[in-house]
Amino acid sequence: MKQFQSSRRSFLALAAMTPFAVMATTACGTSGPGGAAGGGASMWFLSGEPNQTTIQKAVDAFVSSNPDNKISVTYFQNDAFKTKIKTAIGAGQAPTIVYGWGGGTLKTYAEAEQVEDLTSWFDANPELKNKFFPSSFGAATVNGKIYALPNQYIAPIVLFYNKELFEKAGAQPPKTWDDVMSLVKTFNDMGVAPFSLGGQSRWTSMMWLQYLLDRIGGPEVFKAIFEGKPNAWMDPAVIETGAKVQELVSADGFIKGFSSITADSKADQALLFTGKAAMMLHGSWTYGAMKKDGQNFVQDGKLGFVGFPTLPGGKGDPKNGVGNPAQYMSISAKATDEEKETAKKFFKDGIMTDTVIDAYINSGSVPIVNGIEDKLASSEDKDFLNFVYDLGKNAPHFQQSWDQALSPTAAEALLNNIDQLFLKSITPQQFAENMNATLGK
Amino acid sequence: MSAATTHRAPSELSKNELTSQPKSALAWLTVPALFFFVVFAVIPLIGVLILSFARWDGIGAIGAAGMENWTSVLADPDLYNSLGLTFLIMIVSWLVQTPISLLLGVFTAGTQRYRAALAVLYFLPLLLSSAAVAIAYKALLDPNFGLAMGLGLPFLAQDWLGVPQLALGLIIFVIAWQFVPFHTLIYQGGVRQIPKSLYEAAQIDGAGTIKQFFHITLPQLKYTIITSSTLMVVGSLTYFDLIFVLTGGGPGNSTRILALDMYLRGFRANLMGPASVIAVVLVVIGLALALFLQRLGGKDKQGSQLEGM
Repeated sequence: MKQFQSSRRSFLALAAMTPFAVMATTACGTSGPGGAAGGGASMWFLSGEPNQTTIQKAVDAFVSSNPDNKISVTYFQNDAFKTKIKTAIGAGQAPTIVYGWGGGTLKTYAEAEQVEDLTSWFDANPELKNKFFPSSFGAATVNGKIYALPNQYIAPIVLFYNKELFEKAGAQPPKTWDDVMSLVKTFNDMGVAPFSLGGQSRWTSMMWLQYLLDRIGGPEVFKAIFEGKPNAWMDPAVIETGAKVQELVSADGFIKGFSSITADSKADQALLFTGKAAMMLHGSWTYGAMKKDGQNFVQDGKLGFVGFPTLPGGKGDPKNGVGNPAQYMSISAKATDEEKETAKKFFKDGIMTDTVIDAYINSGSVPIVNGIEDKLASSEDKDFLNFVYDLGKNAPHFQQSWDQALSPTAAEALLNNIDQLFLKSITPQQFAENMNATLGK
Repeated sequence: MSAATTHRAPSELSKNELTSQPKSALAWLTVPALFFFVVFAVIPLIGVLILSFARWDGIGAIGAAGMENWTSVLADPDLYNSLGLTFLIMIVSWLVQTPISLLLGVFTAGTQRYRAALAVLYFLPLLLSSAAVAIAYKALLDPNFGLAMGLGLPFLAQDWLGVPQLALGLIIFVIAWQFVPFHTLIYQGGVRQIPKSLYEAAQIDGAGTIKQFFHITLPQLKYTIITSSTLMVVGSLTYFDLIFVLTGGGPGNSTRILALDMYLRGFRANLMGPASVIAVVLVVIGLALALFLQRLGGKDKQGSQLEGM
């Protein structure tokens, strides 16, 4: 019985410790290569091609022409990165260069003084500031100060479709919501899923709501939400948006099993180019990924793309776009002066060089750089690039992705409620009420 | 807590081989354990308790929140959903895993060579990390590109992780797949410690295999069952990685158990205060369950199962 006596104690200890073990496991992901050893700057970036190669080449080129400045890059999957970077910043373990999407998350960092104010640095380097689309600075600005360098490319959400399947069905891409609903029937009858969707990632489902709300109620509805006006989520346009989503779900508009597909697995893109789904609403960045993974699907001209359809009686301009106006890089306030200088030098001379700009164009993206129209026009992907350029740059209103624009607390509540809305476990009315409770949080 | 052990060190101890040791020396032996317990359990517990009364987004400054976190979390229907799910998974997991591991444990305790060979196969899942198990199952169960399509078995092509009830059932299955080998190992050890003479005596009295199982094996495994159940029940409070990778708490909130709820609130929604409230709730439930299970072992803890042997 002696053994039992002692084991009982250790079980109590175990019982007391297990919850912390969870806290520890959840938190221990933060102990990454925070400050890189040897005085060099560190950067975290998203894994996945074609951008991973582009960034690595940019860093390599910068380091080889600036041997005194070292930058080490670590790559993470998108969804994992979003949590990891937040936790790392909170723990004071952030990399020198903080990658992100601006907006509400950047605001949290800026208000906690975790990222450097770059306003005066941009004033001292006007040629850099003038290099980028002026519209790309909106999401980098908090309380009138610039906290991030806009970079990479403009990423509107695009309605992609499989031209081969449309030919087989004798159908045209949708222009109105009625077209959408009749195409849903056409493709379901053919045994093909109408829309591919990586619903487990949730921000993928959110893209539907963003476009629907814009087309139904115009950009003012989300503007009021963003500004935290009382009862902004209770706008009838929000409830109609929810109803339209559920109408599409009920009509089997999305691929079977959409709520267990993650965007990081790229299965949603594979469904489109393998002909298992006819259409997909997704970011313009998937063009490059499909070009790489899709076995000549893109090269053979089988990938079609259109703007989001209009809705009957809708107030939004059909030319409006949603998506990411750019990607952003900030500098951690916790970095050493040496690391900060390296990062600034990289921002100026390394991150958006002509080579990098060409690499983005070649992989089907529109860099946020002024005066690239000629380069776009001479690209083999010029149809898509011009389409994206038009949607991104010339749109009367371009709405930043909601989950990036809102505060992290409101964004998590939004994604959670969107998941339930698509699952039909809450009504559009409940969705609006739940979200209304998050205003100002 | 560990210090108490020495005070209550059963008189039995001094009667036996430790008679020569002075009691003070015995107390010193607990110091390393006590140190780690304080550093890794008591101090974080106090920290979490303090955070549960604080307003903190995980990034900026920490401010006092009074009772705000507690009132908001305790009034949140999501908490009760998570609590219910946690207990549901706990109970069903216990009901599924205990009989299987018990029977497998008894089976693998035999010394025949084929049993040893099968035992090696049963224990394979023990070698895999939860995240690896989850990623593998997620790929296999993908309704469009998974096992069902690969093997041409359309009935397998359910939306396993996309329908709330299926997802919950599947998680209980995967948890069992991963943890049954571990509990089998515990039972195997327990069965091997039962003296052969008990079975020999039973055989002489004419008891068959089934009677032997119910009248010798099961009662002799009483403490093994309590050990295994405690690990299972308290462990189920902390299932996190598996569910996080498989479903992320979805679809909807249908697999958002307490540990996951804590993580999502703390690290996704930047609400460290409410997340700490849930951590405290987890501690209280874990302690209560562990105490309750130990009480099930009976008041007479000095009682031996080998009386008269």
